[in-house]
Amino acid sequence: MKKQNEKILTILALIVLGILVYLAENNLDAYKLRILNLGAIYITLGVSLNLIYGFTGQFSLGHAGFMAIGAYVTTLLVLPPYYKEMIYILEPLAWPFTVIHAPFIVALFLSGLFAAIAAFIIGLPVLRLKGDYLGIATLGFAEIIRIVANNIPRVTNGALGIKGIPEFTNLWWSVGVAVVTIYIIKGLIESSYGRALMAIRENEIAAEVIGINLTYHKVMSFTISAFFAGVAGGLFACLLTTIDPKAFMFVMTFNILIVVVMGGLGSITGTVLAAFLFNFFLEYLRPIEAGFNIGPIKIPQIPGMRMVTFSALLLVVILYKQKGLLGGFEFSWKGFFQFINKLFKNKRSSEGSTR
Amino acid sequence: MELLNIDNITMKFGGLTAVNNFELKIIPGELIGLIGPNGAGKTTVFNMITGIYTPTINKIYFQDRDITGIKPDKITKVGIARTFQNMRLMDNLTVIDNVMIGFHLHLKSNLASAILKFPSYVREEESIYQKSMELLEKVGLEQFKLEKAGSLPYGQQRKLEIIRALATGPKLLLLDEPAAGMNPQETKELMGFIQNIQDDFNLTIFLIEHDMKVVMGICKRILVMDYGVTIAEGNPVEIQNNPEVIKAYLGVDANYA
Repeated sequence: MKKQNEKILTILALIVLGILVYLAENNLDAYKLRILNLGAIYITLGVSLNLIYGFTGQFSLGHAGFMAIGAYVTTLLVLPPYYKEMIYILEPLAWPFTVIHAPFIVALFLSGLFAAIAAFIIGLPVLRLKGDYLGIATLGFAEIIRIVANNIPRVTNGALGIKGIPEFTNLWWSVGVAVVTIYIIKGLIESSYGRALMAIRENEIAAEVIGINLTYHKVMSFTISAFFAGVAGGLFACLLTTIDPKAFMFVMTFNILIVVVMGGLGSITGTVLAAFLFNFFLEYLRPIEAGFNIGPIKIPQIPGMRMVTFSALLLVVILYKQKGLLGGFEFSWKGFFQFINKLFKNKRSSEGSTR
Repeated sequence: MELLNIDNITMKFGGLTAVNNFELKIIPGELIGLIGPNGAGKTTVFNMITGIYTPTINKIYFQDRDITGIKPDKITKVGIARTFQNMRLMDNLTVIDNVMIGFHLHLKSNLASAILKFPSYVREEESIYQKSMELLEKVGLEQFKLEKAGSLPYGQQRKLEIIRALATGPKLLLLDEPAAGMNPQETKELMGFIQNIQDDFNLTIFLIEHDMKVVMGICKRILVMDYGVTIAEGNPVEIQNNPEVIKAYLGVDANYA
């Protein structure tokens, strides 16, 4: 298949996606829209974590921290100044934050930028570590961000959090950001720089000896990953309309990690699929908590049952699919048409045999 | 002018002296062999040349430039490439990707143009692909280009690692036991291959090898190490008749042998 044709197909697919988003925005209720929005934000988060963990092989647990930075930057920029005066009850908001104001798109971009700057600063020393040690160091960073957010009430309103954030995030934004994230990270992975990142994942010493600058490439990957985590944080704040430091605890990073591992390390397609399944199942399993009957046996109402079931499902996935749902598989138009062809051929040959 | 000038380097790990006063001058176009019993310090010498270790005492010069303590990726950039004793391929990447990675250090396009696939980048990528295919054809691996590198037979993996090193455009190539694990037929092919790439790429080659047929067959000059010390140097005939060397390898006095 020619590259030109693939481009046309991709554009067509995007138009279809646009129509779907349009239909969803106009026909679905707020509850379902919330789930879809969260799914799209998780795609952005998952794909960005996959870049640093799945493709570069650097075990980073700092995503909640970058999200928090993004969420607070967006919040402080989009809240109208008069409203800011009202909600900072304990201590007044510090000076520059009282007057700054920016449109949503600028706020999102700055969210990413600040998260990326933070990643660059901590990445330089921390990315010398390997494996679990790196995981612990980045986890520590995320916790520091959270605790700092808790303790600077003049900026973040402390543990009270900020309420009444304008609900700017809709499917156009969340899906749009997800598409841009996938486009850029896929573009990176499929370039010479992406090959260098995967070489680092496969064998660090060999990568260095064939001339790949480890520090540059690791920090680059980490920074880009954090940029999109920051943007996702901004979307997240303007979806929930309320944020507080507790929203960015380790559980947040862990959820993203589940999405990435479940979908398959090093598979963008897998992450996209897993992000939707994750959010879908979290909601779909809700009735389990209410109590139900299996034949004559009555299961009582157990709060938290949903998470237990979810964990069990996760165990099954990891037991039978160690490399995640899709392993290293990646969607391509070529593979898609080969698959269709195969289906078609099987049908024809089975028809032939019945005659 | 020497290509590589190793000036009496010593490498100590705590109380252990792995390499003691190692001295070597390599002239462009040479094919030099380094032999010695296990644990003699041969690979440590390679690791010092390629920047994985920094010599405890004294310095290494490449084309009169001090390269002591420079990071491995910078050393590759100035023109020293190597292979490893226990191959280090990117097992889960394809064969062609493994070679194309070798060209990354000379990439001119910046990150943005690579992500957004600007025409200048696409052209550069295309030329990297062509050059990688040429290298693969040289070793007859072109039909495996989309296989995972880890799934290739052992001998093919060795060849792949060598051409990946060639992709970085070296002046000096260090081969760490290229014939290890090869059968006699493969070893024979390898000897021809090493001589071919030396001519084709105008290379200087420095190799470690245990297979005496290879070393004696293609190297004009041989160094012998034992317990971190150079015990002999000379052409193959001199080395074969050197009592010190026989003693190191057989562990008995040459007179009794």
